[in-house]
Amino acid sequence: MEYKGVWTIAEAYEGDLKAVSFELLSRGRKLADELNEELVSVLIGGKVKEERVNELIKRGADRVIIVEDQLLDRFIVETYSNVLIDLIKSKKPEIVLSAATVNGRTLMPHVAMKIHAGLTADCTELGIEEKTGNLLQTRPAIGGNILATIKSPDSRPQMATVRPKSSRPLEIDETRTGVIERVAFQKNLFDSRVKHLETIIGGEDDVNIQESDIVVSGGKGMKKSDNFKMLYDLAHMLGGVVGASRDAVDRGWAKYPQQVGLSGKTVTPNVYFAFGISGAIQHLAGMKTAETIISVNTDEDATIFQVSDFGIVGDLFEVLPLLNEKLAKEVK
Amino acid sequence: MNIVVPIKQVPETSNVKMDPETGTMIRDGVESIINPLDLYAIEIAIQLKEKFGGKVTAVTMGPPAANKALKEAIAMGCDEGVLVSDRKFAGADTWSTAYVLVKAIERIGEVDLVVAGERATDGDTGQVGPNIAAAMNLPLATYVSKVESLTENSMTVERLTEEGYEKLQLPLPALLTVVKEISYPRLPTLRGKQRAKITDIPTYTVADLDVEENNLGLKGSPTRVVKIETPKVTRGGKILKVVDDQSLNEAVDNLIAFMKMKEII
Repeated sequence: MEYKGVWTIAEAYEGDLKAVSFELLSRGRKLADELNEELVSVLIGGKVKEERVNELIKRGADRVIIVEDQLLDRFIVETYSNVLIDLIKSKKPEIVLSAATVNGRTLMPHVAMKIHAGLTADCTELGIEEKTGNLLQTRPAIGGNILATIKSPDSRPQMATVRPKSSRPLEIDETRTGVIERVAFQKNLFDSRVKHLETIIGGEDDVNIQESDIVVSGGKGMKKSDNFKMLYDLAHMLGGVVGASRDAVDRGWAKYPQQVGLSGKTVTPNVYFAFGISGAIQHLAGMKTAETIISVNTDEDATIFQVSDFGIVGDLFEVLPLLNEKLAKEVK
Repeated sequence: MNIVVPIKQVPETSNVKMDPETGTMIRDGVESIINPLDLYAIEIAIQLKEKFGGKVTAVTMGPPAANKALKEAIAMGCDEGVLVSDRKFAGADTWSTAYVLVKAIERIGEVDLVVAGERATDGDTGQVGPNIAAAMNLPLATYVSKVESLTENSMTVERLTEEGYEKLQLPLPALLTVVKEISYPRLPTLRGKQRAKITDIPTYTVADLDVEENNLGLKGSPTRVVKIETPKVTRGGKILKVVDDQSLNEAVDNLIAFMKMKEII
């Protein structure tokens, strides 16, 4: 049997679907159209609201394969890997994409190793190679200094994880129709070794900065922990979240989940604010694919200005309070 | 408790220079270091050994010069190092790298725990840790930020997720990939450095490992690099300077106008 079809892995959370499930479909739709193949959203997990499942079709999927069971309620990589491998072996997709989330980046290498498939991490661009029809996977590497394009010419499926927020979901199309295919969970695929004991939802400073459209970050120039309050004020007004440079996290002004950069998270928001961040290459690696970058720094030679769409050379302790004050009037 | 820490030697990326013509990294004069995120794996491995006894073995695949990374790991407190090196491994992607590391770990002997860094700062894939767990059929916890408890045959860890944390219980042997929240890496001590100097580091070559040649190096790697580009860094945005109250006011007004144009507000 030939390998055919483009699969994207949907991620369930507490009965809902994460935004990345829909972002992946807009990626997958393009590839499937180019290959003239079916786009399938694969959902492994506990029970998910029906309307959200239907939304997968309205936002691009031709088919949704659902493996639903209470035993799949929590992400346990061993079991999820067994289920996905079982599906891949029986249905033979040509391409499998997942989001480069903590679970996606755990599941995909687990599966790829076992089935000896090529896997490319954290892609920002995907395309189809002319003539061969191979998937071209482009990703930043070496701290964002290079963009490498990678393919897996001889192994199938071709697997990749895709950076969250690097594409927008397609608009809902009420006229779209598709197939919902439920596959029974075979209990022999359940691996009981690892047990999920507890989920601890983070506080405001544990919020998922990768999922936000607006990230307001502070660096060494913030001088102390208390000053981060100004960033939270700005973030609240704009409906965003607060991030931080490594310097700020190492000084205890922000938490590790907020860290943007090479040893933290990579974010691709609509807008990224950098206050008191000089723009070390490690930091740039984590944010330079943001759509719009706005920065404030006292040093006019700071590297951050090179990647900025709008910059103010000045004292953030003057700029930020005034900006917050003026914005408060604007957004009221 | 026998703990193995797979590590990687990477270029010191803070001052990486790219050759604008070829788009490749200029390696001359660039110092090689232990992948910074591996230091957290080494640290937690040493801490667990100090508490529960046993030994920590650092293992790396790379050229002979990667010996230096293993010496550094020993200087920090690892007991042993193993270099996995052979020309036939050259060009390996994550799949083939993990394949060889698994064979090396099996050769090292009985293992209770494998602790890896979250990812390397050069390749930035984070795949080799989960790859090894899959190949060895070890229970896996990724993005571990805390080891809460450890007994002879099981451990409880906290794992960082997008929403917060989750607590997992794993039977041993197991594999963890850890994030920097887990601990602060210690510096090598003078005594450690002296010990590193006299510690003999064995090299495993193809001949020492039970490997299939088809799975090695470029030949054994399902992925191929098609091309490398150097992305444009500069955006050439509008930069305003604040010199007094008036220019401060103007700059902030301009910023707000810019935000309106971009439909941020």
